[in-house]
Amino acid sequence: MLVDDLLAASADRRPEKTAVICDGERWTYRQLDDASSRVAAWLADGGVVPGDRVAIWLENSIALVAAIFGILKAGGIFVVINARVTPDHAAAVASDSGARILIGRETVSDIQSAMRGTSRRRRSSRTENDVAALIYTSGSTGEPKGVMLTHRNLTAAAEAISGYLGNTEDDVILNALPLAFTYGLGQLTTAFGVGATVVLERSFAYPRAIVDTMVRERVTGLPLVPTMATLLLKQANGLRVPSLRYVTNAAAALAPAKLHGLLERFPGARLFSMYGQTECQRASYLPPEQLAVRPESVGIPIPGTTAIVVDDFGRRVPPGVVGELIVRGPHVMAGYWNRPAATASVLRPAGPGERELHTGDLFRADAEGFLYFVARADDLIKVGGEKVAPKEIEHVIAELPSVADVAVFGVPDDVLGEVVAAAITPMPGMTISADVVRRHCHGHLESFKVPRDVSVRASLPTTDTGKVSRRALRAAALAAERPA
Amino acid sequence: MEPLRAELRKFITDNFLFGDASGRFAFSDEDSFQERGIVDSTGVLELVSHLQEHYAINIEDDDLIPDNLDSVTKVTAFVERKRRDSEAGARRAG
Repeated sequence: MLVDDLLAASADRRPEKTAVICDGERWTYRQLDDASSRVAAWLADGGVVPGDRVAIWLENSIALVAAIFGILKAGGIFVVINARVTPDHAAAVASDSGARILIGRETVSDIQSAMRGTSRRRRSSRTENDVAALIYTSGSTGEPKGVMLTHRNLTAAAEAISGYLGNTEDDVILNALPLAFTYGLGQLTTAFGVGATVVLERSFAYPRAIVDTMVRERVTGLPLVPTMATLLLKQANGLRVPSLRYVTNAAAALAPAKLHGLLERFPGARLFSMYGQTECQRASYLPPEQLAVRPESVGIPIPGTTAIVVDDFGRRVPPGVVGELIVRGPHVMAGYWNRPAATASVLRPAGPGERELHTGDLFRADAEGFLYFVARADDLIKVGGEKVAPKEIEHVIAELPSVADVAVFGVPDDVLGEVVAAAITPMPGMTISADVVRRHCHGHLESFKVPRDVSVRASLPTTDTGKVSRRALRAAALAAERPA
Repeated sequence: MEPLRAELRKFITDNFLFGDASGRFAFSDEDSFQERGIVDSTGVLELVSHLQEHYAINIEDDDLIPDNLDSVTKVTAFVERKRRDSEAGARRAG
């Protein structure tokens, strides 16, 4: 099955059903399917041929959804760029993907007029093993890395996820996650697969307004990351959403207090704790009835896939022993775009015609086979669900002539989970202020990458091998925050 | 420019743009903080606690909507309204 078949099939079955609600507009399945066919015609007229990449740098909107499906119908590969990133970062992603066209805020009117155009296009013929999307993620040095997801990868994940969530065409899912992430994109594919309705929001900055929308639209499904859960519990007290059937959490674990807060806030809803990474979209979910038994578990592999914990030799470890999580199934990516070495290091042969994904994440399983996330195997900082590479920020700070040495690390934050902190030593005889460092970072990085804490000191702690120790800095910051 | 509006502009510039409201960071009083990516979800919390502390106004959950907080002009009007409300309340109480 192709990803655009999800939309086309629902448009055939229930043409007048509302597919997407956004910015006060309501689009039916028929309207959205037609609009995306017109976008496909416009793209083909513009020279897009099957296999071409088309990058879209837009906020969540109807135009973005129509563009995604229009690109697919023209046989192209869509590359959604997070609206929050800097122009430099967007350009780097577009260039890495080799996109023929970049659609941004300045050119969105082209899409909007194409959506209302007259010529429609028959869908290009493709196979389900063709790449449908490049989803960009952050590499360990901050360079953008495109995860290739095929039509089969995306539809298989959508079917598995809708299966365990019990999605039907009666569901109304509110999504404030960027469609540049698999967690956000997956809300569209799961909903379209069953003919449900998606309420698209741009951000979660105003949880009170989100809850009002949920009540008005009788929302049944709410995907969250921990930051959103925190904002919801802080700012939207005393509000009830009786229609809500389930809440999902991914990207990072929810603290037990927040978990209980959500269960109290939405007494009729079931809460799903989940784990995934872009390379396989989703790996596991905890059936809600298990939440009381093992609240810290991220559960079992999603239907039709396997996920096991192995040692350095690839042997399955006994319960309780920590190892790396390995994932197999139709949801596992085809590889990294134009990066055969990086691909080979995470996708390894696993029997005839199959490859397994080495997630790089450390896990353990209990005696019943339920999975527990232990730690990431790298230094990436997770700020409100966005992965941040310390090296990228260190490189920017090191551009300042008065900086001798710099180390960037994550420190805990109540709302965002983690925030960025930096420790700096000045060049001999020079001074530097935290404000100068933060202003410089703001000019070159997205706002969530600007260090919130900058400390200037005489020296930085090092490891036995003489490298600056991010771990020691992080531990010292933790100790300072919680005085004995 | 009235003093309150100028103060709020300065707070936004200093705290969310690190003092630099030039070039691609330039913004008008009508620009939506959300659409321009100036204030994100944690920024809204910072803005609200600043308003509460600095202007001694009481902000309820119901006030946390874009109509009150999503541009310099909207925040200015919001603070003025809140101040009037609390003065009226004080007069009644007196």
